[in-house]
Order: sequence, then C-alpha cells, then structure tokens
Amino acid sequence: MSPAPLLVCEHCDTVYRRIPLARGQVACCARCHFVLERHHRLSANGLLALTATAMVVFIQANIWPIVTLGLNGQQSSATLWGTIIAMWQQHAQIVSVLAAATLFFFPLMKMLLFGWVFWFARRGERGPGFRGVMIVLHYLRPWTMSEVFMLGVLVAIVKARAYFEVTADPGVFAYAVLTVLITVFAGVDFRQLWDVTAERKP
Amino acid sequence: MSKLPRAAELGLIRCHVCALVCRDNQVPGAACPRCGARLHRRKSASYSRTAALLLAAFIFYIPANLLPIMRTASIGEVDDNTIISGVVELWVKGAPDLAIIVFTASIMVPMLKFSVLSVLLVCGKCSSNWAQHQRARLYRLVEFVGYWSMLDVFVVALLTALVRFSVFSSVEPLPGVVFFGLTVVLTMLASMSFDPRLIWDCGCDDE
Repeated sequence: MSPAPLLVCEHCDTVYRRIPLARGQVACCARCHFVLERHHRLSANGLLALTATAMVVFIQANIWPIVTLGLNGQQSSATLWGTIIAMWQQHAQIVSVLAAATLFFFPLMKMLLFGWVFWFARRGERGPGFRGVMIVLHYLRPWTMSEVFMLGVLVAIVKARAYFEVTADPGVFAYAVLTVLITVFAGVDFRQLWDVTAERKP
Repeated sequence: MSKLPRAAELGLIRCHVCALVCRDNQVPGAACPRCGARLHRRKSASYSRTAALLLAAFIFYIPANLLPIMRTASIGEVDDNTIISGVVELWVKGAPDLAIIVFTASIMVPMLKFSVLSVLLVCGKCSSNWAQHQRARLYRLVEFVGYWSMLDVFVVALLTALVRFSVFSSVEPLPGVVFFGLTVVLTMLASMSFDPRLIWDCGCDDE
C-alpha cells in the first residue's frame, strides 16, 4: 500500500505533496518549520527488536534496586515500586498515582502495544484491535516520564551523598539504557503504520 | 490563495489521531474514515480550555512554591525544604551544575510555560500576526520541555523511599510536592489543548 499523497502540517495546517525521503532526510514545514516527516531507518522488524529490548531493560529497571544508602552500617535501598509505595504511605497519594502511571503503567502499556502492532506490521498486516491500539498509543504519547526519573535519580544521588554513603545499583544502569532506547523511539512516527499496513485479508 | 496553501483553503481536513488527510464535508460530527476519530478543523474550545487549565495550574503553582515540599529529619533536627531552598542547597553543597538543572526544570520551565501560553492566548485573541514564527517556535519549545518539570517530584519520591533510618534520619514528602505535581500535569494539559494552528489563522505574513 502506498502512502497517502498529501501531508498536512500538524502545527499550521499547510498542505504538501508527499515526496519520498532518502536516508537521513527530514521534511520540514516551510511555514512553521515543524517536522512533517522523517526517513525511517528501521524496519518493522528492527522496531520490534527494539521494543523487545526495551521490555527486557524495563523489567530489570523495575526489579533491581536503583540506589542503596548506607548510614552507620545500616543499609537502605529503593526500587521504583518501593518509591511509589513509600509516597502512598506518606500521604502523597496523588504523587504516588502520578508516578505509578507515568513510570510504570503507561510505559508498560506503550511497549506491549508497540510490540503488538510491530509484530503484525512486519508482514504489512494489521492485527486484531489495530485501530483501538493506535488510538490509545496516540493519547499515551506525552505521558511517559522514565527519562525524567533517570535525571531525578542522579539529583537524588548527589543530594544524598552529603549525608550517606551512596552506591549506585544495577537498576540505575537499566534506567540509563532505557533512556537511550526512549530517545531512539522518540524519532519514530508510529502513525506511518496507518499508511504502510492494510487490513488482513479474510 | 497563498503560495503555501492551507488545508481549510483546499477544503481538506487532517485527522488529529491518524494524520489522514480527508475531504472536509462540512458535516458536524463527521468521523475519520480510517480511525473513526471525530474530525475537527481546530481543537475545540482551544482558547477557553487552555486559559482555564493555565489559570488552575497557576493557582496550584503558588502553594507549590510557598509550601515546603519535603521534610528531612535527623536526630532532633527537623528541616523543611521548599523548591528554592532545595536548589540553594545543591548550589552550596558543591553541585552547581545540578542546581542549574533543577532550577531550570522546577522554576524556569513552569514560568516559561505560563508566560508563553499567556502570550499565545493574548495574541490569538487579538488576531495579531505579530512574530508568528517566533511564537510557533516557542510553542514547540513548551511542548518539548513540559514534562521535565516532574524532576523535583521524582527526587522527593525517591529520597522518601531511600532515607528510612528510623530516628537517625528520614525524609517525608510535604503538601508542596503534591501541588507541584498537579501544576505540571495541568500545564501539560494546557499546552496540549492549545491549537498551534491558531497562530497562523490571522493571516500569514510569509508571502
């Protein structure tokens, strides 16, 4: 299936004829300079592999402790869920829910749903529920904040260093890798899947 | 018609969910043939929604800055930190680079959002075509940096979970952090409900 012949800029409504992009090329709106389209280096197969990698790293980032503090021989370490539960117990339930959503549930959903659509997109097909999945992905897009949490971990380490012995645990490295993967994904316009896939023939 | 035709001039409409370009049939409540989302030429009630959310965010932003966001307690000594005092502490404790990052994320970014979105709202309401390119760029900046303000909230959450040495040392979150978290969410919703196409709706000065 060939992509639609027309493009409309999301930020200023200017209409363009779509031209095929070469490797590394980016189409920018001539009026407002918003990025209209990027060339995709990765195939559906590549994106599926990246999603699987992100999934593995995400699990590690959630299971392993992130940082350990030491004070007079006592040790205290925290995982992401430890953090979420601590906020709930300390009467900051709103923050706890925000953290659970933006750092756990939304990223998890995003990866599972990406996995689902890329799995079928490898053969140019749309899996069951494709439409709903794409709509959910569209609305989830701005609500994952793992990379902000990564920076937060660094700030917390520096703040705690003044009073405690701080040891970085494997979880923080998993978060670092996850941040890199998120940056790669940020350049992917998954909406192009609408153009490159077709309904499965019955 | 201008050199760069706009969708409305050509009778076209772009689906905001799947980006399909469809013919605008002028039927209210028409749905996108591909994804089923309701088609609309502009985000509905963009000005009033953005203004309302921005105002709500600003109201929450005041207690977020005035109230302490976390309490650190160690043997007999209790210390309440606000956002500003946290930045100052980082600066004094010899991490000025991180102090700058936290200052940017917690104070500059929310302020930038309040001022940029206010300018966008006022210019839009006055149908001004002043500095359209700069305004478009500012909107993209606000969209891009918006969620980084959550930084301080996550720092407090992590320290709360980590520093638990009973009487020797502990950290607990205080109401300021809840207000701050809500401010960030509300400003994100505000910038999402603003329709950047409105910047260009009062005539384009690029021809």
